Amino acid sequence: MTTVTSSDEAVLRPPALPHRWTRARVAGYFLVGLWLAFFIGLAIYLYGAWNIGLIETYGPKYWSGLKTTLTLVAISFLLGMIISIPVAIAGLSKNRFARRLSGGYVYFFRGTPLLAQVFLIYYGLGSFRPQLQDLGLWGFFRDAWSCAILAFTLNTAAYQAVILRGAIKSVSTGQWEAASALGLSKRVTFWKIILPQALIVALRPYGNELILLLKGSAIVAIITIYDLMGETRRAYAQTFDFQTYLWAAVIYFVIVELIRNLWDWIERRLTRHLIR
Amino acid sequence: MEYYARLLSFGEGGWGTSIAHGVLITISLALATLPFGLLIGFLVALGQQSKERSVRLAAGIYTTVFRGLPELLTMFLIYFGAQIGLEKLVAILGIDARIEINSFAAGMLALGVVFSSYASEVFLSAFRAIPAGQYEAGYAIGLSNRLTMRKIILPQLTRIALPGLANLWMVLLKDTSFISVIGLADIMRQTGIAARVTKEAFLFYGIACLLYLALAIISSFFIIRIENWAYQSQNMGKGRA
Repeated sequence: MTTVTSSDEAVLRPPALPHRWTRARVAGYFLVGLWLAFFIGLAIYLYGAWNIGLIETYGPKYWSGLKTTLTLVAISFLLGMIISIPVAIAGLSKNRFARRLSGGYVYFFRGTPLLAQVFLIYYGLGSFRPQLQDLGLWGFFRDAWSCAILAFTLNTAAYQAVILRGAIKSVSTGQWEAASALGLSKRVTFWKIILPQALIVALRPYGNELILLLKGSAIVAIITIYDLMGETRRAYAQTFDFQTYLWAAVIYFVIVELIRNLWDWIERRLTRHLIR
Repeated sequence: MEYYARLLSFGEGGWGTSIAHGVLITISLALATLPFGLLIGFLVALGQQSKERSVRLAAGIYTTVFRGLPELLTMFLIYFGAQIGLEKLVAILGIDARIEINSFAAGMLALGVVFSSYASEVFLSAFRAIPAGQYEAGYAIGLSNRLTMRKIILPQLTRIALPGLANLWMVLLKDTSFISVIGLADIMRQTGIAARVTKEAFLFYGIACLLYLALAIISSFFIIRIENWAYQSQNMGKGRA
């Protein structure tokens, strides 16, 4: 009898109050405090360093740099998308030669730094100046802007080809079989049945690739293009004021976050029919 | 042909030695960054799945910030920022000195924070792939929190996280090329100097690309060995599928 009551007591005893200041909570508050201090410090620094002359001089330059960055990224992303389609299809083909070719292209552009590719195209192809002049292509390869577009397009095409190939593979073969059972041609099956399903799978990786490309675009500053990073470096070289870099960081961060949220929104809208 | 062979030779008038030094710098920078980046990434992932909301918030800010900035800019921010910050700190103490940050250390720090913020996402998704029953089973046989983590969770976690981490290693290897802009003599910088001096830009930048490719191929050889090691408990020495 006594044992029953004691065990009853044990069961009915209210659970101990949660420890209010656990170690994790102390650590968490400390870390959040650290971030808060950092951001407030940054804001105070930028406020204290606010110099209307500086903003008036460099504000418009940053704006034009930002436009250059966005143009570069948009053009090369879209061109890369076009090039990635044949590369991905070659990667999936039954022809071994086409598969090797596509694999080699992808391996080269994914295995080497974008910086090295840009240098190889901009400075490296200058070694072939006489030949390029004969072909009438020298005007293209002499220009840093077109070289940057070319390098970025080839680079992002390799990454996008991998994304596309993976996405197309992720659509089950039953879809191909069902389409051919309905008498659809291969081409119609690909464009109307496979690709729409593949693109939904590919949506998130595409967003990541766009962000990676945007962040990677900062390196064109090294080949004398005045994109956002280039303008920042020029402003720093002229003023030795560290806030130039901080402003660039803020702008890049805002752009990346905008793209990320926009992409989340697009994904939510396009996958509405998949939510049950 | 002989001219090119001489350019690349290791002796007099050849660039082989300095480029080999560059390769060494690139490899040591990447290898030095790896353990530090993995550790921070693991801790941030632990933070991101903590029960405590403030810890999650702090870890979330970390990954958002460092994944949202271009690597090149992070490099400059840390290189110049640390220099200026330390100078100010020293000035408060009453010493007026010019401080030069070691570019290797600055590069390691910059690559480390970028690597760790991506690695934390890999670890986090690996953590989510491990069912809660594994923890419960560990506690049920009387293992402490720490032992459960070490003996039960970590071996499974490495297996799941390995492909993602291998990918990040390849990214890290390529990102080391940014270090050349703050003056460290890595592959990119050494080949760049050779290209400018000899006017054989295509040759030397081509070699830079091939060296990075070679590093990637060597890495994938080791990654396969590590994968085999991680999977050995799964299929007792039989070849992994």
